[in-house]
Amino acid sequence: MAVNLLRRIGIFILTAFVASILVFLLLSVVPGDPARAQLGTDASQAEVDALQQRLGLNRPVPLRYLLWLGGLLHGDLGTSFVTRQSVTPEVMNALQVSLLLVVAGMLVAVIIAIPLGTMSAMRQGRADGVVLSALSQIGISIPNFLMALLLVVVLAVRWGVAPASGWVAPAISPGGFLAHLILPALALGIVRGAILSRYTRSAVLDIQRDDFMRTARAKGLTSGRALWRHGLRNALIPVVTVTGVEFSGLLVGAVVIETVFVIPGLGSLLLQSVANRDMAEVQAVVMVIVFMVLLINLLVDLAYTIIDPRLRSAR
Amino acid sequence: MSAPTSSEPTSTARPPAAAAATAPARRGGRLNAMLITGAVMVGVVVLICIVSFLWTPMSPVATDPIDRLQAGSAAHWLGTDGLGRDVTSQLIVGSRIPLLVGVVAVLIALLLGVPWGILAGMAGRPGQWCMRWNDIVQAFPPLLLAVVFAAVFGASTWSAMLALGIGFAPGFARVTRSGTIQVMSREYAVAARAAGRGPLFTAIHHVVPNIRSIVIVQATVTFALAVLSEAALSFLGLGTPAPTPSWGRMLQEAQAYIYNRPTLILWPGVAIAWTVLAFNLLGDGLRDQLDPRMKERR
Repeated sequence: MAVNLLRRIGIFILTAFVASILVFLLLSVVPGDPARAQLGTDASQAEVDALQQRLGLNRPVPLRYLLWLGGLLHGDLGTSFVTRQSVTPEVMNALQVSLLLVVAGMLVAVIIAIPLGTMSAMRQGRADGVVLSALSQIGISIPNFLMALLLVVVLAVRWGVAPASGWVAPAISPGGFLAHLILPALALGIVRGAILSRYTRSAVLDIQRDDFMRTARAKGLTSGRALWRHGLRNALIPVVTVTGVEFSGLLVGAVVIETVFVIPGLGSLLLQSVANRDMAEVQAVVMVIVFMVLLINLLVDLAYTIIDPRLRSAR
Repeated sequence: MSAPTSSEPTSTARPPAAAAATAPARRGGRLNAMLITGAVMVGVVVLICIVSFLWTPMSPVATDPIDRLQAGSAAHWLGTDGLGRDVTSQLIVGSRIPLLVGVVAVLIALLLGVPWGILAGMAGRPGQWCMRWNDIVQAFPPLLLAVVFAAVFGASTWSAMLALGIGFAPGFARVTRSGTIQVMSREYAVAARAAGRGPLFTAIHHVVPNIRSIVIVQATVTFALAVLSEAALSFLGLGTPAPTPSWGRMLQEAQAYIYNRPTLILWPGVAIAWTVLAFNLLGDGLRDQLDPRMKERR
C-alpha cells in the first residue's frame, strides 16, 4: 500500500514536471515579441530592450523555464506582461471561483445521475427505461453553453427565478452567492449528469448479473431491495472513478460557462488574458488547470484503491 | 475483438459513415435502432452540408440593417439575426465548419493515436512508458489545448483542428493499446511470431484488422466530441473567424439578443445537438453491432 502510494505520487510529480515543460514551450514559441506587442510599433528599440530586460525575456529559454519552475514551486505563478505584477493572486482567486462552480456542478450531476441511471437500469427494456435512456442521450448531446443559454432564457428571463449573470462571493452574501450559483451549476451539472447517468446505468446492469445479487434475490429480496442493500455500493465504485474523471470535463466546462454568466473564474481570466495577449497569464492559468486535472486523477486513483480493497495490491 | 473480423478484407481507408452502411449488412445481422437512427441523422447533416455548396435560400453573409431580427416569414424562413442575415442560410452554411473540423481533427487523432497505441500494445513493458506520455498529453483537455493554440497561433480553423486532433489522440491510443494487447495474446499472433514474422507484419496483418471496429467506434464518438468542442470554441470567439458562419458563433451572436429574440438561440442550438446526437447514436449503434460484448460498456 505504502509503496504503491509513493509510486503513484512519484508518477504524479514526474507527469506534472513534464506537463510544465510542455506548457512553457507551447507558450514561449509565440510568434512575435511580447515586449514589442505591449509597447506598440511606436516604441523605440531601447524601450523594447528595457522592457525585455524587465520581463526577463532576453534570457535564454532554458533559464527562463527554470526561473518559472522555481517560481511555481514557491507558489509564484509568474509576472503579467500587461500589468507587470504577479498574476498569482488573480489566478488563485479565479481558481477558487471555478472550483466552487465545479463542485456545485458535480453535486447537481450526481444528484441527477445516480437515481436516473439506477432507474433506467431497473426499467431496462420497458417504455420508461427507454425514455430515460433517450433523455440521457439527448442530455449528452447538448453543449453546456447551450444549456446555459436555455436556462437563462427560461429561468431568468421568462420566470425570473434566478439572476441571469454575475457572481457574488460567499463571504459577502451567502444568499446572493447561492442565487448566482444556481443557473451555472445547473448548466454544468445537467450535461455532466447525463453522461454520469449512463455510467451508473451500465454499472447497475453489470452488478445485476453478479452472483451475490442473484443470491440476494434468491433469498427473497425484491430486485429493488437487493439493489439497495447489496448492489448500489458495488455499482458505485466505477461511478466514483468516472466522477473523478468527469472533474476535468467540469473544469473545462466551467471555462465556457463562466463566459455566459460573466463569472470571474479561470475561464474568464483565460479568455481575457488571451485577448490581451498576456502570455505569462495564459501560461499561469493553463498550468493551474493542467495541474488540477493531474491532481484530481491522482486523488481518484488513491480513492479508488481505498474504496475497493481488491485493487490495493494490484499493479 | 472477435476472431471472425480477421477473415474479412481490410479496407482501412473506408470512412466511418460508409462502414456504418455496409458493415452490418455484410454481417447479415439485425440492425439496431440506434445505428439506423444515428446513420439517418448523420445523413441529414451531411446532405445539408452538401446542399450548402449548391444552394442556399439567400446569401448567408449578406447583411440587411432594415430587416434585422425579423421573425420567420416567406422571405426569411427562420427570420434574420442581429445584422439582418438570413438565419436559414447561415444554418445551412454553418454545417461546413463543424463537419470539416470533425473530419480533420478525428483524422489527426487517428493518425497520431493508433500507431502509438499499437506500438505501446506490442512493446510489452516499454509500452507502459508510451502510456505515461499519453497520460501527460491527456492532462491537457482538448478544448483547453485549442484555446492555447488559438492564443499562440491565432484563432483559425487550422489551429482548432490541430489542437483538437492532438487532444483527442490519447483516447485513440488508449483503446488501440488495449485492443492490441488482446490481439497479441491470441494464438494467431503467437503463431505469427513463432513463424518468424516481424512485428510490422503482425501489426499490419493481425492487429489492424482486428482492432478496426473499436477504432471506428472511437472515431465516431470522437467526431461528436469534436463537433461539441468546435462549437464551444466558436462560441468563445476562438474558432473560425467571421464572417464564415458556424453554429457556435451563431449562438455567441444570439447571446446579445437573449432578451428580445431568444429564438435565435434555438436553431443553431438544435443543429449542434442534432449533429452530436447523430454521431453519438451512430457510435453506440456501431459498438453494439460490431462487437456485442462491448455493449453498454464505456
